[in-house]
Amino acid sequence: MPAIEVILGGAILGGLYALVAIGFNLQFGMARIVNLAYGEFLMGAAFAAFWMFTLASINPILGMVLSVPVTFGANWLVYRVLMTPLVRRARTREQLEGDTILATFGLLFVLRGAATLAFSADNRFYNYLGEPLNIFGFTFAANRVLAFALACVFAVVIFIVLNRTRFGTALRALAIDPVGAELVGIDVRSLSGIAFAGGGALVAAAGTLVSTFLTFNPAIGIEFTMKALVVVIMGGVGNMAGSFIAGLLLGIAESLCSYYVDSGLTLAVAYALFLIVLVVRPRGLFGTP
Amino acid sequence: MHTRLRRIAAAATVATLGTFAAAPVSAADAPKSIRIGYAISLSGVNAQGAATTTLPGYDLWVKDVNDAGGIMVKEFGKKIPLEVAAKYDDTSSAETLLRLEEKLMSQDKVDFVLPPWSTGFNLAVAPIFAKYGYPQLAVTANANDEVQLVKQFPTLFFFLNQPAHFGGALIEVLNKFKSAGQLNNKIAMLSVGDQFGAEMSAGFGAGLKASGYDIVLQKSYPLGAADLTNEIKEAKASGADTFIAASYPPDTFMLTGTAITQGYNPKVFYTAVGTAFAEYGGNFKDKVQGVMGIGGWDPNLPGAQDYYKRQLAVTGHAPDGWASPVTYASLQILQQAIEKAGTLDRKKVLDTIANGGPWNTVVGPIDLKTHIREHQIGAGQWQGGQFVGVSPSDFPGVKPVIFPKPAW
Repeated sequence: MPAIEVILGGAILGGLYALVAIGFNLQFGMARIVNLAYGEFLMGAAFAAFWMFTLASINPILGMVLSVPVTFGANWLVYRVLMTPLVRRARTREQLEGDTILATFGLLFVLRGAATLAFSADNRFYNYLGEPLNIFGFTFAANRVLAFALACVFAVVIFIVLNRTRFGTALRALAIDPVGAELVGIDVRSLSGIAFAGGGALVAAAGTLVSTFLTFNPAIGIEFTMKALVVVIMGGVGNMAGSFIAGLLLGIAESLCSYYVDSGLTLAVAYALFLIVLVVRPRGLFGTP
Repeated sequence: MHTRLRRIAAAATVATLGTFAAAPVSAADAPKSIRIGYAISLSGVNAQGAATTTLPGYDLWVKDVNDAGGIMVKEFGKKIPLEVAAKYDDTSSAETLLRLEEKLMSQDKVDFVLPPWSTGFNLAVAPIFAKYGYPQLAVTANANDEVQLVKQFPTLFFFLNQPAHFGGALIEVLNKFKSAGQLNNKIAMLSVGDQFGAEMSAGFGAGLKASGYDIVLQKSYPLGAADLTNEIKEAKASGADTFIAASYPPDTFMLTGTAITQGYNPKVFYTAVGTAFAEYGGNFKDKVQGVMGIGGWDPNLPGAQDYYKRQLAVTGHAPDGWASPVTYASLQILQQAIEKAGTLDRKKVLDTIANGGPWNTVVGPIDLKTHIREHQIGAGQWQGGQFVGVSPSDFPGVKPVIFPKPAW
């Protein structure tokens, strides 16, 4: 198998990591909430796509029209109802991070428990676009390539919004210095709510895409939260382009490892990369000191 | 002659007690219900397995028995219904499970305890079942040292045979086609990176090498791997006619989906846990024709189809083609043993389970004299939309193997 094929396969997987990470970064880097229940929304969207597909034959990509806004709204509510009191109370960023970790850790169990009750603990799987697709003469699964393509689209949209609009400028100001942002007239609280909800919308899109090629159950959320956390720290907190590139790198590293070294070590590779970045560049590959 | 006499005696007893049953004195002695309890993984990593294989069987059995009015217990001369007196969540933690099993037996004092899910958990609780003298009808468990274990724990019964049995069943199929010159001796083998994968691939590997096979690709991948495209591409390039994966349900689905996408069509495609799931056939539809997997059952046995339809209707879970019907069968044995022993005395029921067989079940007759269900189907194959047993070939009811696997 030529190296380019291995790298391409890794990048396709990495695109999904990038999407999951960008959403997490919106919540962590902009709204300053470490949301441990992040992956549970991915799980919820995956179930939504599954039920829409199996019960009503609704195309999962079309189904996003429903699941993405609903998850956006749900996350906005989480921010307003659960997080706002913590934000008000917190004196420092560290205190807010500590408090939100505890609160969202609880939310994680509530959501997972509710999903287990409602959907049972069974593994779910459905077949959508499992057909082969030829890219430069190499065969990949169409659903994985679609996930990669949509992840790129979402990343570009986020990038344009952040860098080319007034609203995006305000968000970036929020990421760099919330106090300063408030001083120049930015409504920090409502903007944070929108950033948090936007992260939720992205993870709903990711959940839908994941459900087209991965088996899932109510317990899968935490894996994605952890992966997102690793990618965000690697790419730099608050830096969306960093998350995108770090996500791709992680996918490629896993693929190279599974082919050239050992499939069993792919998880270790993620954490090894994470450690190296933490030691060499504690602010992340693209983080500003 | 002897049996006949015994039967007449039994019938006479039943008849006599039957008349007594109408009398209020005798009925007062009978317990209101047979109290059943269990601790199983309702949450955590093991919950999927328990929810798929084990719990629907428990629910269906309780309903079936109670719809029929209960279990006939001779010493009370009447049918007594089942009552699930305690159902606990071990949260997929062995320590919690041990505590709950103690509670079921020492505080709740239920009449019978149904086993937990997974090999590790069943072995972990075996000493507690033995200490309190509860029969342990372990279904979702198999180990390489079953013979020693049942000696050590006289209350323990194994319903799945040792791993080598499953490997042997597959190798028998491979040997047949290899000696006919239709299959090369190369094997591509993947395994999931946990205890199950390690034990299975070691067991299978030893058997394969002993039969002169060359394992040209052997790789282990982590549980919960997000992509196995490289592994399938490597298997495809390996030139092996036989693909074996000691896999768990999520990766069984992923390996199959990826093999379809990549147009990987080895002559034998074998995956492990999950292959027998109804959802497997439901998802890949007619593409599964010819896919081989661990386990298997004979859907044409008396009662088997009826059981399948009932479980689907009552619990919403279609049984898999391996351990689900065995779970139900193990409970049928418990029920028949109580009836045959005519008592709720656990020691007598235990003796009856071991020595009163062979028992008629939805997976055929089962004899538990050695505390191990020694004769069973080891390998199955999807044929015409059903996962049926194909090996060992001398097992009654197994189907001829479809070879080579038709292209996806």
